[in-house]
Amino acid sequence: MQKTALYKALGIAFGALLVTACANNGDLEEGAGAATTATEQQANEAANNATTAVDSASLQGQSLVSDAEKAAQQALLDVTVFYFDFDQSSIKESGKAALSAHAAYLASNSGARIVLEGHADERGTPEYNLALGERRAIAVRQFLMAKGASASQIKVVSFGEEKPAVTGSSSSAYAKNRRVEVKYQSR
Amino acid sequence: MVTRVLLVLAILFGQAAHAELVIEVTQGRQSALPIAVVPFEWNGALGLPEDIGSIVNNDLGSSGYFRTLDRSLMLATPHTPEEVKYVDWQRLKQDYLVVGQITSDEGGYAVEFQVLDVHQQRTLIHHRVKGAATQLRDLAHYISDHIFGQLTGIPGVFSTKMVYVTTNRERSRFNLNFADADGAREQLIFRSDQPILSPAWSPDGKKVAYVSFENGQSEIYFQELATGQREKVVAWDGSNSGPSFSPDGTKLAFVHSRLGNPDIYVMDLNTRKAERLTSHYGIDTEPQWMVDGRHILFTSSRAGGPQIYKLDTVDSSVERVTFEGRYNARARMTADGRKMVYVHGNGDQFHIASQDMESGRVRILTRDTNLDESPSVAPNGSMVIYAATEKDRSILAAVSVDGEVKFRLPSRFGDVREPAWSPILN
Repeated sequence: MQKTALYKALGIAFGALLVTACANNGDLEEGAGAATTATEQQANEAANNATTAVDSASLQGQSLVSDAEKAAQQALLDVTVFYFDFDQSSIKESGKAALSAHAAYLASNSGARIVLEGHADERGTPEYNLALGERRAIAVRQFLMAKGASASQIKVVSFGEEKPAVTGSSSSAYAKNRRVEVKYQSR
Repeated sequence: MVTRVLLVLAILFGQAAHAELVIEVTQGRQSALPIAVVPFEWNGALGLPEDIGSIVNNDLGSSGYFRTLDRSLMLATPHTPEEVKYVDWQRLKQDYLVVGQITSDEGGYAVEFQVLDVHQQRTLIHHRVKGAATQLRDLAHYISDHIFGQLTGIPGVFSTKMVYVTTNRERSRFNLNFADADGAREQLIFRSDQPILSPAWSPDGKKVAYVSFENGQSEIYFQELATGQREKVVAWDGSNSGPSFSPDGTKLAFVHSRLGNPDIYVMDLNTRKAERLTSHYGIDTEPQWMVDGRHILFTSSRAGGPQIYKLDTVDSSVERVTFEGRYNARARMTADGRKMVYVHGNGDQFHIASQDMESGRVRILTRDTNLDESPSVAPNGSMVIYAATEKDRSILAAVSVDGEVKFRLPSRFGDVREPAWSPILN
């Protein structure tokens, strides 16, 4: 408290000195002087309330961040379909954030169970596509496990080309059908 | 004169339904033989439920080996050689004439028919066949088989059957159907709200193996056709698919995969013990026994994309057999073992190709259908039935192994997939 009182006293004294200086050096100096004074005062006030102000700000701030994070995390968990390139089973970069969120969810909810359904587009043979769909689902499984999900939480099934998300023989339909769907059996 | 009684596979289970598939011949053989099938005589008080002459006419026409004559163009309808005025048929540029009579026989029917050579003006075939009252279509197919076999030297397959899968657009219902090779007399033999695929016949034609997802993963089932009785045969943890019976029916080749590594297995159907025959990290799938009963053709991604390989079940050695193009998969063999057919992919084009086993010569058989898959060879090695995509729908189509004859079997609704042609049934 003694220290605070000292700063206050110095502040008033310094302010008075500046006002005197401004009177001598015109508007420009006055402006600058006034700004300095205001800053100084704010700093002083902050300094005065240091403990309380920081504490309440940090409490409020934390809860705000947590909500945003939750929303972001939920938005990522809402992404449950992951797409693949033709004849490929490697996970695209664009899907990794959402898959990481699923992995984190599984890691912190040991009772959660998912089925990864692998799918292929209609080109090629049904049995080969069955294998391809499985490879895709397994790639997702490995990614989730590397990020903390456990094997017992993940079941894999491939439907090959048997259950397209979209019918049609266009490249856009194919792109939507080459996918792995994350399906929660229990949360 | 030969009298034979037809023994026909009785299907006790499954409901009868109107034929969903109707044959449309899209390309015939240049050398197709002109033949006129005169409506058969029937003197019963009531009309017959099936037109035998018409069925024989359609059978012969759809084979591509014959060019049939429209009834409206016929100048007369003889039923015996005595009634035939050969000059009429010569004027219509016919080579062969089929005449016949249907009579009641012990509660069923008997058909006596003759095939006449229009140029030599003589009888080539004179035959009699009888069957139960419910077997009119079977009688007709029997007659077609007999005529086809005698005139072409190739066994007819009009009495054979096929199984195939139909689905709705939403893919919420999957039917395994059983029908005549011409698509008639379709019967539903298994239904599920989950996918059914890869049906395969046992060599005796008494049962089919197929993959069902009814329990949430792919499992292999057998189903007896006569009783409808089902048996779960391979339901190991993971994925089980691609069943194929050995030619002697004692073994089943199939695919099993756990954690994304499908390999080929063979199960002894007596002991039910299975052995793993491939252990490559690539995809090994679609096993198909070769006619020698020792080797298995299969698809593998071990060289990058899918190619067809030959596996020796005795020493597990593997040899690559396809080299043209980036996508070759799902091999099936002709009964004589001389050719294989498979799916040949080139970019977005997927067609059925045949390959001579000895010379390795490849021929693309289908050009006018798209996304061709699931080829299945007729037991006489003449035709290949397969699934193709037409205007976003899956249809069945067929092509002769030499590429000359083509027909389609479009469905009236839904998608038709995964045809499997039966062996010749006795």
